[in-house]
Amino acid sequence: MLTQEQAWKVLEAVPDPEIPIVSVIELGIVREVDVAADGQLRVVVTPTYSGCPATEVIAEDIRNALLSAGAGSVSVETRLSPAWTTDWIATDAREKLRAYGIVPPGERSAGDGTQPIRFVRRQLSCPRCGSTDTARISEFGSTACKALYRCKDCLEPFEYFKPI
Amino acid sequence: MSASQEHIEYVLRLGDNALILGQRMSEWCGHAPVLEEDMALANMALDLIGQARMLLTHAGRLEGQDRDEDALAFLRPEHHFRNLTLCELPNQDFARTVVRSLLFSAFQVLLLERLVKSGDEDLAAIAAKSVKETRYHLQHAGDWVVRLGDGSDESHRRTQAALDYLWPYTAEFFSPAAGDQELAAAGIGPAWSELESAWEAIVVPLLNEATLVVPAHTPFRSFGKFGRHGEHMGHLLAQMQYMQRAYPGAKW
Repeated sequence: MLTQEQAWKVLEAVPDPEIPIVSVIELGIVREVDVAADGQLRVVVTPTYSGCPATEVIAEDIRNALLSAGAGSVSVETRLSPAWTTDWIATDAREKLRAYGIVPPGERSAGDGTQPIRFVRRQLSCPRCGSTDTARISEFGSTACKALYRCKDCLEPFEYFKPI
Repeated sequence: MSASQEHIEYVLRLGDNALILGQRMSEWCGHAPVLEEDMALANMALDLIGQARMLLTHAGRLEGQDRDEDALAFLRPEHHFRNLTLCELPNQDFARTVVRSLLFSAFQVLLLERLVKSGDEDLAAIAAKSVKETRYHLQHAGDWVVRLGDGSDESHRRTQAALDYLWPYTAEFFSPAAGDQELAAAGIGPAWSELESAWEAIVVPLLNEATLVVPAHTPFRSFGKFGRHGEHMGHLLAQMQYMQRAYPGAKW
């Protein structure tokens, strides 16, 4: 049997399968954890992208982590609304991403979820050497949530976690 | 849940557009001109198929006949699909792929932005999620169309040829469908015909920037969203549905 507090603690150690440097909590995809009177844990998660192939692995990882920490039974529910946004990524996690070589997402421009459609490239600083002389190689990197960039000074490629 | 036939059809149109275009885009996996584009196209195909799964699941619930996303995707015959003909056309070359993506995603962004306020709460939630992804698809396609159109003689020629080929199919976006006005009045979603001028306001300046000639409107009409598909649809479904048709209920 786990308390709600203990369950949150366990989830802090569950890494995102695609970006294992951050936990599912830091990514902001765990929305609720409830304990029912009979001790059953209910975890509500929200998907990052509609087609994110990690979604099912994440649910499985959450279930396994809680069960091995002593939870009696666990159900994982998916909730779409409100839609996940990169604004929910924890502040500490943003610096972890940068140290890992992924530029963290910028703030979205408006609170209502709207953002201008841009056809001009953003100028990003290289997470390795800090140079702003960078160029986008592709709007999509190894996963839908990241774009691929290159630093023209240190010549290293890096990824950008796109604001959404 | 009881919903009107028009409401179910409206959601099916959205789900089938995403499914069929996602299926087409996934054909590029392993075949794109460069590795980065291979990944980009596969990622966008995943977004579309993820959106299709949510939309078809919702359509199945509205219908109330115990059909889930798989039953709707893999077990419907061709004339029950409600996708735009544009979505089922073969990829041909990279130019045609990105021009199609531009024409479709510009329309899709406008539609989803309005559906965020739909009185159908599930549809509104799906739209709020999907619109953020689709903006990136539009940005990707817009970048490429400008780069190819305003590129070499060969890339310009191919991009213009792609635009000339695809443009007549865009009339179908805006052709009126039964029940449109009632659904719009009920706050479910806009009549697609309302979106034409906003769509042109996105697409035409981009095509101009790409130094492409915007084709004239023609009397040609396509009717995929009414279930009357072109000659390519059967081939696409034969491939997409083969496993479930040959081995009903197969899982792995």
